[in-house]
Amino acid sequence: MSVDSLGTARPSAAPVEATQRLGLGAYIVCFRGIVWREVLRFLHQRERFLSALVRPLVWLFIFAAGFRQVLGISIIPPYESYVLYEVFVTPGLVGMIQLFNAMQSSLSMVYDRETGAMRTLLVSPFPRSYLLISKLVGGVAVSLLQVYVFLGIAYFWEIEPPLIGYVTVLPALILAGLMLGSLALFMSSVIRQLENFAGVMNFVIFPMFFASSALYPLWRVKESSPLLYEICRINPFTHAVELIRFALYGQIDWSSLAVVVGCTIVFLGAAIFAYNPSKGLIARRGGPGG
Amino acid sequence: MPTREHSAGHDVTPALVVDGVSHAFGDKTVLDNVSLTVPHASFSVLLGLNGAGKSTLFSLVTRLYDNVSGDIRIQGHDVRRSPSLALQQLGVVFQSRTLDSDLTLSQNLLYHAALHGIPPREARRRAIEALETVQLTERGGDRVRNLSGGQARRVEIARSLLHRPNLLLLDEPTVGLDIGSRESVLEIVRSLVTQRGLGVLWATHLIDEISSSDNIVLLHKGRILYTGSVAGMLEAAEVSDLRSAFRRLTGTDEEMAAA
Repeated sequence: MSVDSLGTARPSAAPVEATQRLGLGAYIVCFRGIVWREVLRFLHQRERFLSALVRPLVWLFIFAAGFRQVLGISIIPPYESYVLYEVFVTPGLVGMIQLFNAMQSSLSMVYDRETGAMRTLLVSPFPRSYLLISKLVGGVAVSLLQVYVFLGIAYFWEIEPPLIGYVTVLPALILAGLMLGSLALFMSSVIRQLENFAGVMNFVIFPMFFASSALYPLWRVKESSPLLYEICRINPFTHAVELIRFALYGQIDWSSLAVVVGCTIVFLGAAIFAYNPSKGLIARRGGPGG
Repeated sequence: MPTREHSAGHDVTPALVVDGVSHAFGDKTVLDNVSLTVPHASFSVLLGLNGAGKSTLFSLVTRLYDNVSGDIRIQGHDVRRSPSLALQQLGVVFQSRTLDSDLTLSQNLLYHAALHGIPPREARRRAIEALETVQLTERGGDRVRNLSGGQARRVEIARSLLHRPNLLLLDEPTVGLDIGSRESVLEIVRSLVTQRGLGVLWATHLIDEISSSDNIVLLHKGRILYTGSVAGMLEAAEVSDLRSAFRRLTGTDEEMAAA
């Protein structure tokens, strides 16, 4: 707020602060502010942190331990030898963390929109798409925290990917987080009522999670049901999981990468459109509170 | 610095101009050719029953969605054509609670300052200043959840002032507050008008929040029935008190809130 000589000053009885175009510095301040708020809020909500962590750990410690006798895993890329079921399922659980986190932030957005916190965000003078993307990145940052804590604990459960994997998985996590986050963002603009959201959890989270390669390799699925196999293959979540799985072992699954990037662009475009003040769904429906 | 002299303020751009705005959702017309002006240093009351169209008008002015007809200008900036400049001049207190209850007052204020691109050091300075304005200087480090309803409202007012807007919108800000808190909120906002020259648009359905010096904008079923001074409204309705004037002008008998 230093330059004020842009010709906007006018004589007035009121304390007219010179209006100005927002510079790059202001954009950065805004971005940092939004991301930081998401992280702060997450850290302050202990129960949310705990449940975000306990959920995948229950799957890992209990479900995977019981399931490993049932399901043998053959050698499939990126694994170079037979792996325990726990090892196989870990990238799927990482995907689950991100899926839940994205849907939860979407839930908070539906809630926010009703209580007005979303409206506080939207009266910021920055372009709306910029605000939404910043919010999205904030959600991804929170999911990264959760994932790394989970991977840290899993390490002591003998899930030991190569150390370099912890670095190479980062871009995959960011991409997967962006894809799931923008899907959730779009959903938040479509759903009006909180109770509808419970339904969406059932109709979105569970089908996405179970009809994917998170819990079982796709060739296994193919053996039992070719149709389900095809459904799993077009499920974007499958590609998010595979992207993470390969990245965790320092490899790139190009087709999954392409699908995840493509889906992110489509979902994000839809979300920005839905929140557009003149064309979007909010304008047509009248937004919160009528 | 504003040094040029001017008479009654006619050469001054008003804080808010709404000009010929209509809005409909599907077939339902919610606002019908609404025009109003909020000059600087004025306390304008947007008076209307629930469902009169106040919330829709606020959504349009805050650009939750765009007006399709007419113009809305904040400090001379068209909300649709130059939203960024317009929104920089706008402070809002929404009807619903919008603070993060898990965070401290200061954290809430700094988040809002960031939304307006105010750098951290400057933001901290302004946050302290704003808390002084609403008499909560000592509470900066407290969590919002430990505040009373009236205190939270005052924080929201402090927040709406951080970017130093010329126009302040408040959407039924005293709903759910006890009498003492209501009075202190009103007092703070009125002093912003007299001391800082802000243009305030205060939406309410409570007649006893109106003082004799206020501007009145009477909105009923999406249409403006009256704009002007309190005395003018009594004259137009040919009655001696505002409650009767409201009933006479809107043609409602029983519905008016008892408060």
